[in-house]
Amino acid sequence: MAPALAWLTGLMVVPCALVLALAFFRRGIYGGIEYTFTLENFGLVFDPLYAGIFLNSARIAGTATLIAVVIGYAAAYAIAAAPRRLQPVFLFFAVLPFWSNYLIRTYAWIVLLNREGLITQLLRWFGYTGEPPSMLYTEGAVIAGLVYNYLPFVILACYAPLSRLNPELAEASRDLGASAMTTFRRVILPLTVPGIAAGAVFVFVLSIGNFVTPALLGGGRFQMIGNLVYDQFLTANDWPFGAALAMALIAIMLLVLTAQALAADRAAGRIAEAKGGADG
Amino acid sequence: MAERSPATRRTLWLVLSLVFAFLYIPIAVLVALSFNQGGLPTVWSGFSLKWYASLAGNAAILSAALNTLIVALVSTAIATLLGTLLAIGVEMRRQYGRGLEALIFAPMIIPDIVLAIALLSFFSLLDFTLGLHTIILAHVVFNLAFVCSVVRARLKSFDWSIVEASADLGASAITTFRRVTLPVILPAVVAGALLAFTLSVDEFIIAFFTSGAGRASTTLPMQIYSMIRFGITPEINALATIVMAVSITALTLSQRLNRGVIGQ
Repeated sequence: MAPALAWLTGLMVVPCALVLALAFFRRGIYGGIEYTFTLENFGLVFDPLYAGIFLNSARIAGTATLIAVVIGYAAAYAIAAAPRRLQPVFLFFAVLPFWSNYLIRTYAWIVLLNREGLITQLLRWFGYTGEPPSMLYTEGAVIAGLVYNYLPFVILACYAPLSRLNPELAEASRDLGASAMTTFRRVILPLTVPGIAAGAVFVFVLSIGNFVTPALLGGGRFQMIGNLVYDQFLTANDWPFGAALAMALIAIMLLVLTAQALAADRAAGRIAEAKGGADG
Repeated sequence: MAERSPATRRTLWLVLSLVFAFLYIPIAVLVALSFNQGGLPTVWSGFSLKWYASLAGNAAILSAALNTLIVALVSTAIATLLGTLLAIGVEMRRQYGRGLEALIFAPMIIPDIVLAIALLSFFSLLDFTLGLHTIILAHVVFNLAFVCSVVRARLKSFDWSIVEASADLGASAITTFRRVTLPVILPAVVAGALLAFTLSVDEFIIAFFTSGAGRASTTLPMQIYSMIRFGITPEINALATIVMAVSITALTLSQRLNRGVIGQ
């Protein structure tokens, strides 16, 4: 195991530590790095111009997360309610697209949304004669691409607790006079929060740092943190600032993961409490 | 779950159909158009295989495909060896710290772009020439983590007393590994290798940052990315269809060998 650990240390830990260190240096006059300690890169992260991009990213990632969770939960619920022998098949086909290349899945949306794409042609077929609607290179396209790419994981994450749900709980709730809606809201939903949280965190974290989807489906018009990091490293040649941005990205990620862990703990507590109550 | 009214059941089937339509229509359109005769990328004008033929004559794509294959094969071989040994080492000790656990899981969790820029900064600080070899070094990092986790899942149910028995009967550590441990974990090792191979074939961001300038070390996803940025052509549709078919086949095989590990 020593060579593997050496590999991980040499090519992951050290490089990541280097990025952290880079963030505290100054950018040289002609690009490059000037080795004087500074905190201004982190200050720049909070500059209104860049803070705006952070908020923009958070909004886009948040919207994608919300939509993916709603669709993914509904799908997982429907799969969990399907006949037992069909469930693995449905699950397999729900995850299958996820196994193909990310770029290709994103590209499929360009094919679908472009001016002469399927949607435009369907509209024509239904008698629409006006200008083709502009769907590509919009924020909506970016969100659709993110939802599409990460939906399978949400389905998987939500299916796990839904399939383990004890059907007697729902029955008991109904016997006690609760409506289907109340049963869902007060029994099923709380018990499946950990799955929802895991799926949501996955979508949010991967979306907020993404640069491929905004670059391809947003036509470069919608900058997200990932695009900013990309630009600083490959275009602007300001590595210290790029490094600070990457660290901010990691900080957001850790924050979200911690929140999820807390939510999971609380949910576990509530589940234990419910079980204790049932026993007593 | 409890029995449902016909209306509820209909709603559930409707939800499922809509979700599957959402998941498969974009891919289906892409695949269908790859067999389209016309030059227009989105208007159907008859069946044809000519875009697949034109791929076979495209030197840039062929060289990118070869690069991808080299990177994937070499990084998979290294990662499978190291990842398997790591998994055995970790599982045999039982006692391992959270630090070690974090080190092994980190490559799967760190955002690609962060690992990509970290490796770029690192290689350029060391004045390392970028090229296929740096992509390979980088791909081993995350492949290793995936192989290790697949093999570890298999080792969780491994009976270590048979290793002791083998040693008691006078087998050397290497003989024991070859004749006792390896046969038991082999399906997981192959599954891990297939997973690593697919991840490596599909990986874009890290390769993009660690490949350096110039076409010599362009991989297939990098080639696809630049083609997409130029606009859509039936040729990309054909290429995308082939790449998709390869990854889905490899991963389905991997999944069969090692049930359910990928999804977790």
